[in-house]
Amino acid sequence: MDGSAGPFPVTTHLGRVIASVPVGARYHRLLAEAPALSAAVEPGQFCHLLCPGAYLRRPMSVWRAGAQEPLGFLFRVAGPGTAALAGLREGDTLDAMGPLGRGFTLDPGWGRILVLARGVGLATLSLLARRAVSLDIGVTAILSARDPADMMAEAFCGAVPMDLRLVHDSDGSSDPAAVGMMIEAEFIRARPDAVFTCGSDRLLRLLQEIAARHGVLGEAAIEQRMGCALGLCFACVRRIATPDGPRDLRVCREGPVFDLQSVEAW
Amino acid sequence: MPDLSVRIGGLTLANPVMPASGTFGPELGEVFDLDRLGALVTKSVTPEPRRGNPTPRVAETGQGLLNSIGIPGKGIEAWIAYDLPVWRRFAAPLVVSLSAPTASAFAEAARALTVEGVAAIEANISCPNLEADGRAFAAEPGPAAAAIAAMRGATRLPIWAKLSPNTGDAAAVARACEEAGADALVVANTILGLAIDLATLRPALGAGMGGYSGPGFKPIALRLVWQCAQAVRIPVIGCGGIATGQDAVEFLAAGATAVQVGTASFIQPAAMLQVIEGISAFCTARGFSRVSDLTGIALPSLQRIAAE
Ligand SMILES: Cc1cc2nc3c(=O)[nH]c(=O)nc-3n(C[C@H](O)[C@H](O)[C@H](O)COP(=O)(O)OP(=O)(O)OC[C@H]3O[C@@H](n4cnc5c(N)ncnc54)[C@H](O)[C@@H]3O)c2cc1C
Ligand SMILES: Cc1cc2nc3c(=O)[nH]c(=O)nc-3n(C[C@H](O)[C@H](O)[C@H](O)COP(=O)(O)O)c2cc1C
Ligand code: FES
Repeated sequence: MDGSAGPFPVTTHLGRVIASVPVGARYHRLLAEAPALSAAVEPGQFCHLLCPGAYLRRPMSVWRAGAQEPLGFLFRVAGPGTAALAGLREGDTLDAMGPLGRGFTLDPGWGRILVLARGVGLATLSLLARRAVSLDIGVTAILSARDPADMMAEAFCGAVPMDLRLVHDSDGSSDPAAVGMMIEAEFIRARPDAVFTCGSDRLLRLLQEIAARHGVLGEAAIEQRMGCALGLCFACVRRIATPDGPRDLRVCREGPVFDLQSVEAW
Repeated sequence: MPDLSVRIGGLTLANPVMPASGTFGPELGEVFDLDRLGALVTKSVTPEPRRGNPTPRVAETGQGLLNSIGIPGKGIEAWIAYDLPVWRRFAAPLVVSLSAPTASAFAEAARALTVEGVAAIEANISCPNLEADGRAFAAEPGPAAAAIAAMRGATRLPIWAKLSPNTGDAAAVARACEEAGADALVVANTILGLAIDLATLRPALGAGMGGYSGPGFKPIALRLVWQCAQAVRIPVIGCGGIATGQDAVEFLAAGATAVQVGTASFIQPAAMLQVIEGISAFCTARGFSRVSDLTGIALPSLQRIAAE
């Protein structure tokens, strides 16, 4: 945690945009200098971003962060908010509130993790995978996209070594049955200590079933429309299994990362 | 430094700025010291546990927010056992917002909330009245007064009646609440609205209609404060689209004694501190030694003199 945050860990940070670049036809990446926030944020946490011209902030997973590193976001240009973010230019100010939510668990004693991402869900898992490699934890990453042009493997791992498996709708390789067989094969080849997923409810169900059968731990990052992102308004609830039975928990506060098996069908 | 303190029917607040119900919680204490607020206002508490509405529960529309949260909560018993102790850690006066399906349920819940640590009860009478086909209590003077009168008989705590813009005659509802024993009015709750998602061609909110708040709602709320302040002698607390000290001063001038800030905290989490500082700076710049001197200053003078 950022030492200067004191008893008030969450605040709005005004960062200077240092890169604003389209990625493929539908995505965009933003890098900003926001040193205190970048040092404080953990993989799986998110920021609530002010989008020029839009009224509400938009929640965005942290894609790049670390001490002495820029803060980065990778997003699909979906509507007015993300279009405004994509319109930011070098030298502009990015108003990011954070760090928010509960991030992923990463045990330095683990030997290998498997991550399963669909579409821009890889933005949420990228920092986790890179952090794992820096802790000498092997990473097997299965990335699913519409077609090779929509795949952002480079944005996912950069120069960090990982075992990548790329699957696409265009050649049928991303079909859940095929992905299921691929995961099973990975479990035999190099059994992971934990699995992580983001970006698709279908892949989430698939991974729940396989991980449960093999007795492997897992976590999933999920999304929900947000108002405050601070736990105040209860806009962002999802049904989550808890020891006290199913509960509507706040994605912005108890999540966005939940135990893999606890996320109920939506 | 101007004197920022205000009196709301028996309670003295250190400053006139407090959160709006449903947009606030102890979680905001991770952003700033909540004891800098004039008062704390809880989400509406209900007699029974409620799950709330289907998602999506919020949508942006114009310069504002449409919400249909649906007052989820654990019910009053669990609230007193688990949430009240958390609120007691703060020093600012605690106002508990209460929502109930019948006048007698309002009374029973008000009795249950009459415990140490609760400074006032805000009656969210904008919620559906099960005894009137689900029409809001605050839609008409009769049911609004019945809920307030029932509570008046059940608690010694100050009762603030939170009015709804979804009524034909806000001043009549305001007067009815005053006559029924309310100590103050909160004006106002959200105004009903709708947004269509053009991707799905369905309502943007899971529940269909929702309540509109934020800057786009401000002129409507301000007009309601103006009307209600002229109709009653009890203090009016203004609420709707306030994000800055200047917004707050408009409400004070239109007859409010204090203000509530809701949706603005979603955009700038420390908005309430900016509002406090902005009011103070305005008073200093314009030579008002007491913020209470601003209350009603824009009202037609005849009415103002009559009200005093
Ligand atoms: C914790 C969290 C982390 C996120 N991280 C990323 C990320 O790293 N990269 C990324 O591209 N997107 C991410 N999102 C989704 C992102 O917030 C939305 O795409 C964005 O708010 C859309 O805003 P807009 O104004 O551009 O589009 P809108 O016009 O608001 O919406 C366009 C489309 O996006 C959908 N949408 C809007 N808000 C959300 C939401 N909160 N969750 C899911 N779908 C939504 C709408 O249903 C609509 O179909 C995340 C969401 C959450 C809750
Ligand atoms: C997400 C949300 C939840 C709300 N929940 C409640 C509630 O539980 N009880 C209540 O009396 N008002 C509730 N309100 C209304 C606000 O307290 C306030 O009256 C309204 O939003 C107008 O003020 P604003 O424009 O400053 O937000 C809610 C508003 C929002 C946006
Ligand atoms: S978005 Fe407000 S509680 Fe999560």
